[in-house]
Amino acid sequence: MLSGVAKWAFWNAGPRFFFMALRSAMRVLQTVTCLAPCFGMGQSVMMLAAQSIADFLAGITEAIAPGKGLQYVLAAVIHAVLLVHAFALSPAVFIWLERKVAGRIQDRLGPTRVGGLFGWLQSLADGIKLVQKEDLCPPAADSLLFRSAPYFVCVASFAAFMVLPFSHGWVAVAADCGLFIILAILSLEVFGIIMAGYSSGSKWSLFGGMREAAQMVSYEIPLAICALVPVIAAGSLNLGEIGGMQRGGVQNWFILHDPFSFIAFFVYFVVATASCKRAPFDLAEAESELVGGFHTEYSGIRWSFFFMGEYASMFAVCGIASILFLGGWNTGIPPLDDALYTARNASGSDGSAIVGYLANVLGLLVFVSKAFVGVFVQIWLRWTLPRLRIDQVMTTCLKYLVPISCFLFLGATLWPLLLATAAQRSTWTPQPLGARAAAELRESTAATSAPVAEMPVPAVPAVQAQLDARPEGAIQ
Amino acid sequence: MSLDAYLLVGAVLFVCGVICMATKRNGIGVLMGVELVLNGANINFVAFSKYTQLGLDGQIFSLFVIVLAAAEAAVALAIALNFYNNHLTIDVDRASKLKG
Amino acid sequence: MSNALLISAASAPGGNLLFFVFALAACLCAVAVVAAQTVVRMAFWLVLSLGSTAALFFLADADFVGAAQLLIYVGGTLVLLVFGVMLTASGPYLKISTSPGEIVLGSAVALLFLFVVIASISGVNWPAPAVADAGDLQTTAGNTLRPLGLSFLGTRPDLDLADGDQLSPGYLLPFEIVSVHLLVVLIGAAYLARAKRRATGT
Repeated sequence: MLSGVAKWAFWNAGPRFFFMALRSAMRVLQTVTCLAPCFGMGQSVMMLAAQSIADFLAGITEAIAPGKGLQYVLAAVIHAVLLVHAFALSPAVFIWLERKVAGRIQDRLGPTRVGGLFGWLQSLADGIKLVQKEDLCPPAADSLLFRSAPYFVCVASFAAFMVLPFSHGWVAVAADCGLFIILAILSLEVFGIIMAGYSSGSKWSLFGGMREAAQMVSYEIPLAICALVPVIAAGSLNLGEIGGMQRGGVQNWFILHDPFSFIAFFVYFVVATASCKRAPFDLAEAESELVGGFHTEYSGIRWSFFFMGEYASMFAVCGIASILFLGGWNTGIPPLDDALYTARNASGSDGSAIVGYLANVLGLLVFVSKAFVGVFVQIWLRWTLPRLRIDQVMTTCLKYLVPISCFLFLGATLWPLLLATAAQRSTWTPQPLGARAAAELRESTAATSAPVAEMPVPAVPAVQAQLDARPEGAIQ
Repeated sequence: MSLDAYLLVGAVLFVCGVICMATKRNGIGVLMGVELVLNGANINFVAFSKYTQLGLDGQIFSLFVIVLAAAEAAVALAIALNFYNNHLTIDVDRASKLKG
Repeated sequence: MSNALLISAASAPGGNLLFFVFALAACLCAVAVVAAQTVVRMAFWLVLSLGSTAALFFLADADFVGAAQLLIYVGGTLVLLVFGVMLTASGPYLKISTSPGEIVLGSAVALLFLFVVIASISGVNWPAPAVADAGDLQTTAGNTLRPLGLSFLGTRPDLDLADGDQLSPGYLLPFEIVSVHLLVVLIGAAYLARAKRRATGT
């Protein structure tokens, strides 16, 4: 009996399992090779800022190979590996969270049976299943576009992580116009979805793609305008600078900066939910009308790329929200914030570097938990609200959200003037945030050991000083 | 990298755009050719701003080009839609009503 | 400010390699735009070409221009174009083929033109950049956001501080004209494209 089972296993299950494993391995390999050029773009752009840790690595690599080349390569590889992990792990966690929250809200059991505590292996099991599935391409589809569309979505939302600071100075590309770049990169995602919708050769997909195009082109406008409201208060588009400004208590968070930015946070969150095409704005997939919308024809790993992209961009927009409005990596408790700030900036040789590193790790945890709460609320909304109709979605955006965000933008520009005339001060907090940040920047650039990640230079105050120093008649 | 390399890329993009404009009969295809031409010019502007004495002006001009190209695309697309509504095709060779 | 900050992206090791990768991608995708048969494939190759161009902008220390290219061109204009393709397609995967004679003629003229352009590029001796001493305004490579913004508001930080006594007007007036132009275009395009009675027959 036992030998019979063994024999059967040897002749049937064994080879079948072997071939299955081989096929999965091939699929993974194929996927990786397909992705490599796409991810290569993200990684190579990351090399632009690789010098931020290149200096850190200088001591190590100088012994092995003198010169900067190896440092750059190592720094780029480290950045890329870290970001790929952040990108790949967040969907796994969020898919698990989605199941649990949905189960709680709809009185079902979330994943409980599949391995581990609270069923955390469910996402892994899903991933393995999806990798094994056959990679279908319908005969009516335009195969090149059909096959490459998921990569577009995936790469766009992955590349957004390049400019997202996870803690003080922990950012792959510390660009001066970081917010602008991240909004630009996130707006590329829509192109992959339109491509998927058009090239599937199916009515449902085409409708989904059209809806997505119309929705995204409209919702980008209030998204950008609402993101500008805290930028007005901060006077910078550099996400690292904006996050650093909100140190020292909850009253310094930009959500409490003025009444307009308070409203802008909620408008931003709604619009960001829509721009991730999450319910109640998921018209592009709308499974009750369009089967699956733009991903009707997709299967297996390509299908899952769309969802990796969706969850990663959910995390990205919530991360932007937490930096712009909710204080980023600052805890909101003044003594703790100040202690962490001094720990970060202490650049002595004796162990204080490690303390600074740990302070940054704490900042990372704070930032991620803030973004996590945002994602949780988005999931909560999905399982609570019914889906809107497409005309309602467009009406909400064009007739309500765009005028509201324009009003908020105008209000945020007028607010300092109003305060200045009414109360002779520019913010309701004792000290304007921009002034303090500029002073701190001046201090840090004056010091010889400037932190390398502090890329921005206070150009505006310098120009102001130059203009002030000019004789009156010069400005003609 | 040298200035010549950037200019070469710009030239290739420009010429591809010109071929596109000359040979495509789909109205929107012609528009895409225009976008390529404008991008070739943009590469030149940015390269000049980095490698010659042009300074910041090159970047400013390329920004103006990008913004005006967006405006041009919006208007051209509106015209193309109107053309489609009247002729039920987007083939530019069919736009011959004003021919004497 | 430490010296390491002033290393520009293009002069970093690997900058040349990156330039070749993206330049090749931009050129090949531009050729593919010409060779593509359907309009949506043209749009696809155009997106890749313009994306690589944006990467070239990043490499040439023009961060803001690169991001504007991604946001306005790739995320805005091309989505609009594909939208237009969908609205004007009378069937799936619309193909309007060009006659071979036209292709040959167009390519011949274009190649001739490419030759002329390359000859003129290689013939000119371009002046090297002036090493301007901008004092405090020396920005790090690629972070041109503030100088750009100031120029649009009417001061030229790179020129004004170098020259000393004369303030240049910057680009305030063109900026205003462009913004009014955009508003006019917005209204005009909405007026032109609004739903009208469709013609019956051809």
